[in-house]
Order: sequence, then structure tokens, then C-alpha cells
Amino acid sequence: MTYEIICAGFGGQGVMLIGQLLAYGGMLEGKEVTWFPSYGPEMRGGTANCSVVVSDQPVGSPVVAEPDGLIALNGPSLMRFMGSVKPGGVIVYNASLINEVPEDRPEVRLFGIAANELAEKLGNDKVGNMIALGAFLGLSKVVGLASIEAALKEVLPERRHHLIPLNISALHKGWALVEG
Amino acid sequence: MERVMMKGNEALAEGAIRAGCRFFFGYPITPQNEIPEYMARRLPEVGGVFLQAESEVSAINMVYGAGGAGARVLTSSSGPGISLKLEGISYIAGAQVPCVIVNVARGGPGLGGLTPSQADYFQATKGGGHGDYRLLVYAPGNAQEMVDLMGLAFDKAEEYRNPVMILTDAIMGQMMEPVVLPPLRTVTAEQPWATTGKQGRKKPNLINSLGIVGEELERINIELQAKYDRMAAAEARYEADGTAEADLIVVAYGTSSRVARSAIARLRQEGKKVGLFRPVTLWPFPQAVLASLAADGKRFLVVEMSAGQLVEDVILAVNDRAKVSFFGKLNGTVPTVREVYDRIRSLLPEGGEG
Amino acid sequence: MKKIFAYPRALTQKRTHYCPGCTHGIIHRLVAEAIDDLDIQERTIGIAPVGCAVLAYDYFDLDFQEAAHGRAPAVATGIKRVHPEAIVFSYQGDGDLASIGMAEIIHAAARGEKITVIFVNNTVYGMTGGQMAPTTLPGQKTTTSPYGRDTATVGYPIRVCELLATLDGPAYLARVSVHDPAHIVRAGKAIRQAFAMQMAGKGFSLVEVLSSCPTNWGMTPVQALSWIKEKMIPYYPLGVFRAPEEVTGDDV
Ligand SMILES: Cc1ncc(C[n+]2csc(CCOP(=O)(O)OP(=O)(O)O)c2C)c(N)n1
Ligand code: SF4
Ligand SMILES: [Mg+2]
Repeated sequence: MTYEIICAGFGGQGVMLIGQLLAYGGMLEGKEVTWFPSYGPEMRGGTANCSVVVSDQPVGSPVVAEPDGLIALNGPSLMRFMGSVKPGGVIVYNASLINEVPEDRPEVRLFGIAANELAEKLGNDKVGNMIALGAFLGLSKVVGLASIEAALKEVLPERRHHLIPLNISALHKGWALVEG
Repeated sequence: MERVMMKGNEALAEGAIRAGCRFFFGYPITPQNEIPEYMARRLPEVGGVFLQAESEVSAINMVYGAGGAGARVLTSSSGPGISLKLEGISYIAGAQVPCVIVNVARGGPGLGGLTPSQADYFQATKGGGHGDYRLLVYAPGNAQEMVDLMGLAFDKAEEYRNPVMILTDAIMGQMMEPVVLPPLRTVTAEQPWATTGKQGRKKPNLINSLGIVGEELERINIELQAKYDRMAAAEARYEADGTAEADLIVVAYGTSSRVARSAIARLRQEGKKVGLFRPVTLWPFPQAVLASLAADGKRFLVVEMSAGQLVEDVILAVNDRAKVSFFGKLNGTVPTVREVYDRIRSLLPEGGEG
Repeated sequence: MKKIFAYPRALTQKRTHYCPGCTHGIIHRLVAEAIDDLDIQERTIGIAPVGCAVLAYDYFDLDFQEAAHGRAPAVATGIKRVHPEAIVFSYQGDGDLASIGMAEIIHAAARGEKITVIFVNNTVYGMTGGQMAPTTLPGQKTTTSPYGRDTATVGYPIRVCELLATLDGPAYLARVSVHDPAHIVRAGKAIRQAFAMQMAGKGFSLVEVLSSCPTNWGMTPVQALSWIKEKMIPYYPLGVFRAPEEVTGDDV
């Protein structure tokens, strides 16, 4: 099985990080994975996105054009990528910044979460990305929660390790939203 | 074996350090900046030297000096910088100095763009600089090969006393994948020909590419060509996936081969017989294998992010024994899996002209 | 009523791509105002560098040529020799001018080439993501001097104006800053002076402008401006390093 994901949002919302966690988590489960970021002039516009592939086989294209899953943390990202999500796919979007879903996609599971407000409730407005990731994992089950938790240690720089417990509770918060 | 996630560019850098490289000279240019930036942090940790030169012209001549002095030395750049390095590369090839040069290619000509490209294939494989010289050219297909081929590159550079190039592109450089790192090599072999100061030797060692006296130049070139023949006979590498049973074989390297692999996986699910032939060395080009596949009646599709450069080597290799089609991208974007899939289907007997 | 604020004619209406708080934009404006003042828009030719200002040709309503990294003074030389009556200027960063293009700038200056150079010193390679430049201050951290610029291994910053002042070719050399309004006014005067020098056929003119790069310095725009004042100016003193007798230092 090959599962392809796009994570997108404003620069600074932490989309690269959740993409890396997905890839790292997949690797820890023994899967083949790739992570590919937007770079260079693309980044100047203030938006960022990355492609993640998790697979049982060696990964072909690291650039995802038709994702199975999309995490969109802002409006422009949802607008840009939602049309390309495969039928049967999953979209988690940030309802704090997106009032109206721009397109009708009945064959896709769409899930809006108020990431910003929920993050503030947890006491740190930076962890909205983790809540969205938790929700996405709950829906897609592409990588286990425990693997993502283990990946945090590898992906976050040492000086931010004290934030790991907070990130883990944010992940669980997101997961609970879709399980509950 | 422990796997760690690394960007392709960082895998190249760490691969060099693991291979015993302790000297890096370079100049910033996108999309390879992760290599010098990694080296700036990492080399001091292992007692090595990172130096940002004032230009690529200068960087490659620092490499000439360091390589000639017997050290394992690396430089990296992208198209415009490699163009500037060509003068030095020609001297290095002429003087038979081992070193490794990375090109994380971007779109050209001129200042071009920052997007990935495979348009530097001719420059890498057909010389580029002046004179009859050859580089051994590796094209990694994933991050693990970035590490492994880097190690091999240093060994081969020394074995043949020849510059080795690793030709990759922006996608491969920016992408992160799991890699298993080899152990750190610290001691590398002494080079008896290197300039070290005479140290009691009777004859001084000389690093030089001048052959102005008498028949000297011809002798140098005969020696070089004999070496290139040995390299051509021994060093060709490739990956062949499902080529024996295939009706159609896609030929691609680097990022294009990754996209082709995805397209081929889809087609195989539909029962189509499509193979992938991926040259790992671009020079020497693995032409004998392609020639025999052509003799078996295969057809070929070359997928490249250029106007058609690799395709010329494929045509030369199959030498009219098979039909060679071409799919290229010029706009600095990567071909999508669907584009390649559609193109392959249109070439398959029952695929129609979709 | 005297109009005191107008959009310079020599600029296009195009929005620049510069980061918020980057002073490249201010310097563009000063160059355009000088060109307007001297009424030379119709005969001015610019040369864009490789650096953050690579798209300068989009922002100036002037004929332009884009040069290879560091080669702008050589390109300018070619243009000026074909059109001696034209006003030719290059706009270059510190990496472009003082690193890879050091040979070109020294020789253009030594020849007394009748061109004007706007030299934007922001102590880093802005466009490529903040690597060390020949102008990076001792101890300054950049992506290729992660432990801070160590003068014992990579040497010392280059003071371009002082270096060029050892040559006989230059007619006008000045260093200015754009960190506050008063200095911006003075910088504008120096740039105008440099162009006027070329118009008078005096020889090579260069204005070095101390400029901010909040993005790669990891600072807010305001912090970046005070960093120019507190860190850069002490190392790169402002002033006129070469001028013909009739031009006094007071002009800057
Ligand atoms: C031959 C060559 N080498 C390297 C580059 C990559 N490059 C683009 S801009 C730049 C440096 C720009 O720095 P600077 O001149 O200081 O201008 P700034 O962006 O700071 O304004 C470099 C090294 C290139 N385009 N061509
Ligand atoms: S990177 Fe620096 S120099 Fe370039 S536009 Fe941004 S602030 Fe200005
Ligand atoms: Mg600069």
C-alpha cells in the first residue's frame, strides 16, 4: 500500500514539521517514506507545503500530485489542493481560518477543526498543527500515534524537547476529536 | 541497522564525511546550499576544514590544490557555478587529481531558475571543459545512494586518479528519505604521487597538465584514454527492473526515474509489461546492456527533465536496433506520474494513441 | 505649492518582492529619484546583479541588462564603451561585488571606467539564504559561519570604499547608510553626486550603502536598522573616500 499526503499552510504554522513527523513515524514503523518540501521562490509567497509518501515498497515520485490525504492549515492551501485529493481520501482543514469550504467533494472525508482556538485552550497557540495532525491520524490511520510520539524526539531539536509533552497532548486532543 | 531521515543534500555531505573527506571548498548557490551549510557545522567536529571561497573559480582551484596534495576533497555547486568550475575541472582531469564534484542541477541556460532540471547531462558526461577528458559520473536514485555513491566516488577517484562527478537535481537534494549510514572512515590511503614536500624522495612529485614539449601531450592523452577505456570496461552501473519480460522499457535517472517508477507501478497493476532501466553511471554509460535489450526486440521511452540529452546516449547504444521515444520537460517542473503513465500507455500496443 | 512627495518616474509601479523591512526598496527609490532629478531617465542603462536585486529590471523604468554573478562592472564597461553618452550604472550586493566580482570591480575602478556603481552592503548573501559574505562582521553568525565569523580561519571583512580608494581611477567613492531618515537624505545626495560625476565625465563613481537584511539576520525590521547603526557603522565608517576638489565632504 502507498499513502500520499500533502501538508500545507502559511510559513510558520509548522506544516513542514508535521510532514516530517509523518515521514519519520512511518520510517520507525519500518515503512519506506519520503518527505519533500516546497523550497526557494515558492516559499517567498509566505505559503509552505510538503509532500509525504508512506509505503510498503520503495517510493517512486516524492512529489505528490494526487494525495490520499491533505492537511490544510489555511484557506489558500485548501483552495489549491483540495481538488486534487483522490476519491476516498481524507482532508483535515483548519476551521479557525476557513469559514467556507471552497469546493464540494462528497467522495472525500472532510473534517474541519478549530485548530487555533483548540491550541489556545491547551495554552500554546503554536500547537494547532499537532492537533490537525492528531485528527488526520485518527481518520487515516496511516501512521500510529505512538510512532509520531517517538518521532518527536528525533525531529525536534534538543532545545525544544521540553515541548514534547505539550505536543503529545495536542496530538491526542486532535485524535480524540475524530474518535469521539 | 539504524535508519535516519536525511535530506539528499545532507546525505551527500555526511556520506563524504563518512568516506573520510575532510576538506570542502565551495560557494553558495541554490539548490545545493544545504551541503556547504552542513559542512560548515560538521567538518570542524571531525577536525576537517570548511572554507567558503570567493567564487566557484576559486573553489575548484582550492580543490585542485587539496586533491593534488593528497587529501579527500569535495566541492558542490549547481549549473551556473559548475560552468565556472569547468576550467578547473579540465585542469584537474589533465593533471589526474582525484576529487569529487557535486552538481545539484537547476534549470538553465544562463541564470535560469531554481527548479530541478536534468539539462546539465551533456556538460557532465561529454566533457564541458576543454580537451579530451572524462569524468566518472554517478546519478543517485535515492538518499541511500547519495551516501553510498559518495563513498564509492571517493574510492574510484583515488583508484583512477580522476575527478568524479555526482549529478543530481533540486528534488533529490531537497527530499528527505531514510538512510543507513556507514561507519566513519578516518584514515585514508597515502597517495605516493601527491605534493607533500619531497620528504626524502629522490624525484619531486609534480601535479601538472602541461604537455608542451615534444610528444609529451600525445603521451599524456594516450595515457588518459587508456585509463578511460579501463573505466568504461569496469565501472558502468545500472538498475534494471523488470526489463527482461517488458514490452517497453523506460530509461530514466534521478528524479525522472522516481516518477517513472510510480507510473510503471500503476501500469503493472493493470497487467502491462513495462520495465525500468536506470543508469547509475551516466559516464561510463551502460550501453552494452541497453544494446542487448534492444537486440531482444524491446522498445524504449526516455524520460528526462531536459530537451533530450540522455536520449542521445540511448539512441547511440541501441544503434537503430530499436525504436526510442522521448518525453521531456522544459519548464523546470517535474513530470507528473500521470503524464508519464499516459505517455507510456500511448506507446503500448493496446494502449491506443490516448 | 511645491510637491515634496511624488512617486519617482524612473520606477515602475510593480510591487517589489523584497522582504518586509528590507532596505533594498529604499535604495531603489533613492536611485530613481537621482535619475529623475538629473533628468537622465531616457539615457540611463542599468545592470542588475545576481542577488536579491536580480529583478531590479522589473522595478526601474529603464533599459536594463542582467549580468552573471559578479560580472556587472564588466557588462557596464561593454555598454559604456558602445554608448559613451549613456549613463550606465550597476546595482550590486556585497557577495556579488566584493566576493565573486572582486576582479571586475577593481579593474573597472582602476580603469576609471565612467560608470556608477550602487553597492548594497548587507553583510550576507541575502538571496541564497544568509551565508557568510566578504563583509560579514567578525563573530557574526551566518549559515556558513554557524559558530560566528572566525577571523583566524576565514579572515577579515573587506572595506570596499577604502580598498578602491587606494586606486587612482575612481572619481567618487562614498559610504552611506539608510537606517534613519536623516541618513536616507544624505544617501540620496551621495547617489545623485555619483551620477552627476559620470555625467561630467569625471570617471568611476561608487556609493556603498549599508543596508538591512532582517530575514537573514533573524531580526525585526526595527532591530535590523539599529544593528546597522550600532554594529555596521563602527566597522564601516560613513563618509566620502574620494571626490574631486570642487565636491566637498559636506555634500554627503
Ligand atoms: C556563478 C554563480 N554562483 C552562485 C550563484 C548563487 N547566488 C545567487 S545570489 C548570490 C549572492 C547574493 O548575495 P549579495 O550579492 O550579497 O546580494 P544580496 O542578496 O545580499 O542583496 C549567490 C551566491 C549564482 N547565481 N551564480
Ligand atoms: S533576503 Fe534580505 S536582502 Fe533579500 S529581500 Fe529579504 S531582507 Fe532583503
Ligand atoms: Mg548581500
